[in-house]
Amino acid sequence: MEKFSYINATSLEQVTTLLSDSQWGDTMLIAGGTDLLAELKEYIETPKTLINLKTLPGMDGIKADASGLTIGALTTVADIARHPTIQHHYTVLAQAAGSIATPQIRNVGTLGGNLCQRPRCWYYRDEATSCLKKGGDICFAVDGLSKYHAILGGDPVYIVHPSDLAPALIALGASVKIVGPEGEKMMPLEDFFTLPAANPFRENVLQSNEIVVEVQVPPAKPNTKSFYLKAREKGAPDFALASVAAVFEMNAKTCVSASIVLGGVAPAPWRSKEAEAALTGKMIDDTVSRQAGADAVKDAQPLNDNAYKVTLTQNLVSRAAMMAVN
Amino acid sequence: MASWGEASESRLIGKRIPRLSGKDKVTGKAKYTFDINKPGMLYGRILRSEIARANVVDLDLSEAEAMPGVKAVLPLIEVGRQIRYQGQEIAAVAAETDDIARDAIRRIRVDLEELPHVVTEEDAMRENAPQIRDDWVGNQSEPNVREEGDINAGFEQAAVEVEATYHTPVQTHVCLETHGHVAEWEDDENLTVWASTQGVFGVRNDLAGHFNLPANQVRVITEHMGGGFGSKFGPGVEGRTAANLARATGRPVKLMLTRKAEHLVAGNRPSMTQHVRAGATSDGRIIAYDMKGYGTGGISSGAGFQAPYVYHVPNRRAERRNVAVNVGNQRAMRAPGHPQGAFAMDSLMDELAEELGMNPLEFRRINDPSEIRQAQYTVGAQEIGWHRRNSVPGSGTGVKKRGMGVGSGQWGGGGGRGTQARVTINADGTVEAVTGTQDIGTGIRTAIAIIVAEELGLNTTDITVKVGDSAPGLPSGGSGGSQTTPSVAPVIKTAAAAAKQKLFERVAPQLGAPVEDLRVGNRTIYVVSDRTKTIKWELATGQLGMDSISEGGNWDEELRQGGVAGTQFAEVEVDTETGAIRVIKIVAVQDCGLAINRLTTESQINGGVIMGLGQALLEERFMDNLTGRMLNANLEDYKVPGTFEIPEIKSIVFDTHRKVTGVGEPPCIPTPGAIANAVYNAIGVRIRSLPITPDKILTALAEKKA
Repeated sequence: MEKFSYINATSLEQVTTLLSDSQWGDTMLIAGGTDLLAELKEYIETPKTLINLKTLPGMDGIKADASGLTIGALTTVADIARHPTIQHHYTVLAQAAGSIATPQIRNVGTLGGNLCQRPRCWYYRDEATSCLKKGGDICFAVDGLSKYHAILGGDPVYIVHPSDLAPALIALGASVKIVGPEGEKMMPLEDFFTLPAANPFRENVLQSNEIVVEVQVPPAKPNTKSFYLKAREKGAPDFALASVAAVFEMNAKTCVSASIVLGGVAPAPWRSKEAEAALTGKMIDDTVSRQAGADAVKDAQPLNDNAYKVTLTQNLVSRAAMMAVN
Repeated sequence: MASWGEASESRLIGKRIPRLSGKDKVTGKAKYTFDINKPGMLYGRILRSEIARANVVDLDLSEAEAMPGVKAVLPLIEVGRQIRYQGQEIAAVAAETDDIARDAIRRIRVDLEELPHVVTEEDAMRENAPQIRDDWVGNQSEPNVREEGDINAGFEQAAVEVEATYHTPVQTHVCLETHGHVAEWEDDENLTVWASTQGVFGVRNDLAGHFNLPANQVRVITEHMGGGFGSKFGPGVEGRTAANLARATGRPVKLMLTRKAEHLVAGNRPSMTQHVRAGATSDGRIIAYDMKGYGTGGISSGAGFQAPYVYHVPNRRAERRNVAVNVGNQRAMRAPGHPQGAFAMDSLMDELAEELGMNPLEFRRINDPSEIRQAQYTVGAQEIGWHRRNSVPGSGTGVKKRGMGVGSGQWGGGGGRGTQARVTINADGTVEAVTGTQDIGTGIRTAIAIIVAEELGLNTTDITVKVGDSAPGLPSGGSGGSQTTPSVAPVIKTAAAAAKQKLFERVAPQLGAPVEDLRVGNRTIYVVSDRTKTIKWELATGQLGMDSISEGGNWDEELRQGGVAGTQFAEVEVDTETGAIRVIKIVAVQDCGLAINRLTTESQINGGVIMGLGQALLEERFMDNLTGRMLNANLEDYKVPGTFEIPEIKSIVFDTHRKVTGVGEPPCIPTPGAIANAVYNAIGVRIRSLPITPDKILTALAEKKA
């Protein structure tokens, strides 16, 4: 990696000031470092300054009460996975957290870092390849090897968003708190992520001087069932070929409301309103669940090597729906 | 005639004995080449090409040389020469720290004139492809054709025929310890190298030749090493470079390959694509076989594979070609050519059996000439519960479907001459066994201790075993071809016997008995005809004084034997909605002769099965036609089995005789075929291309449905 200076953060104000005084990419934030260090070592990122966020007080920890969940951005993935309230009432989130990487990475990787991690695309991660995401002319996945790439929302960059926590949190209706020079703001986590058509270089709306500090999850409704299904080639560690975060509010076998968010298939966590519509108000059975699966992928446009993801995603959505009634 | 004696007489040989280095490895005390650090040591790094094919127009080392902390920069390619694959060496740096070395190679300026490349077989064989080898036409070698019998007559007798194309991709070795060396010059003419190698004497001789030194002035040490699988027989460019950098700087240099370089340049198992047509008679005999195939070993050749394999085919023709691509060269990889050939042949066997409406195991029994495998089929079928298998493939109910399959293999592993060893009995009763072999993780160190302890009536912990060092001047061959134990064990055995004989000669007069009547056991030498006449081990050796006994041995061919057969059964479960495959159980029945240490023999079988499972379900090198680069030169997208993938493995040591045979390679051969056949039996759709990944399962199931 290139040399950089290292600053221990003392306050959010200091962090946003340092970021404001710097160009994109020159000053970067590090918490667990499980993604960033690899990017530095591969010379994908070459910041001049790293700000260590772990010295910021009060930014880790999980608060669970009647108003829902509040999770600090520095909370580790492991702490989310093993939190009893999350396991019982926000199951999809605990399952998503538990599916990530390895115990070592879960012990240091943080919520904020997981949401802001960069794509795993093998062209993007190759220093010698100047792809569209890095300011080059083309997305190599279009004519190249695209087994692990997007089937939805890709144009013009066909990366997939690698986060497991993001689909789960969006399915739970989470909001994210962002701090910038002008203070703090809340936004639905769903709106935090962007597609390449809007910005091919970034995966979210975060400005260069902003920082994710917290995620809030509304209280779990009674009669809610939730699941995270993650298909991968290898037990661990492996990123999703496709994943489904599903939250169902049920009345016996009838789906009162459904929230279906796909991971590993689009450049952003992909909320499937089509699948939700196919389930909402319906008595879930084999036919309904299959329809939901089919509707989830009806806009899919696979590349050369990833048509299997259409079938896979469809099956995962159907399976998740059936789990709500079994 | 020399023999290992009867099993009932063996106290240690054939028992389950934990490896002597186990504790050191678990605690981290064991030093691998990666762990060697010498005072004043520099760190070496190599700049490699990211371009698959290019002319070197200019090379400027000056900026790197001027960097503080950089002690030497050496060019590794001349201006005017051609780069022929990604990862090819351009220049090397030695610096005070690894970080400086890493920065310095980025300051080397190389001007490359990029040329059109081909990096996949398909691309290399298309019309108008760039021609990357002057000596071949169409990037393909002349075919190697082997023919026996009359295939046309054979096909006329066939009641059924199968025509299919089978493919296995390039695999890389994924040695956990990457290739590397620490080189230190004592003076201008004496070099010591710590090497992660399968052959200390091979590395010694190569480096002695490279530097034009007498062989005895180069010392190579491999105390422990982290995996080679056939890829670590010589110092390679990186080893010579480490020694060159050390010579240029007058300081020790450590140079270990990066994981990326390990994938790119440290060898690989060639690919295989074979189009085969085969026929069988109505009574279940394979009667005709016609195969055209190719593979790539990179820019070189060496992409051979076994076809047909194991089963008897009277009328056969096999035509193989090498395809050249701009990718790093192949090296031997655990049973070269066999797993590829076995996967194709065992898939074909099942397809023929199905055409005939026969149970695939019965079909094998008819066509398999090996008596040993015939017996193994019975043992393995019983252990896996073959009767539970779907009689109609894919007939299981539910989303997750189970199936069973069988595969076969064979190997040599008879060892060879060329090992020298010395067994020394000291006056204090301690014993040393020294030889120039190396323990590449297979447990030869422990096996040597077992053999000596058995012969001398001692315990393994009483024996000090010294291997992995060329300095004692007791050569042994490289550890490859499953040859180590059958090469080394007879020499150790005869050396220990000779040392024992000397000790007996010394004490026979005191015991008043002829030497032939003496025996040793439980640290006591006794007279076999009068057991009241004894002398304790230490009292006997104590009389040696300064005259410790030191004896060599010889490679007694009666103590070893080549040729092993193996068969494996697999049970799998396929999730038909996600394409995920879970291997539930593998039964590996491995012919092996005398297992010196049953525990490490089982470990070898377990390791082979796990490697075979990786080839079956996970491993594939992805080469990108657009960039000419390997896209998964890491351990994220080049996937090897982890704990979640390891099934129940039932390793059955099928010891049919009491002569030593190597089994390092054969247990990885039958696994992919057995798994592929089990997947077919589970879902009724055949995947003819490894690895069998979820995308292929889902695509095949969708095609079947359509």
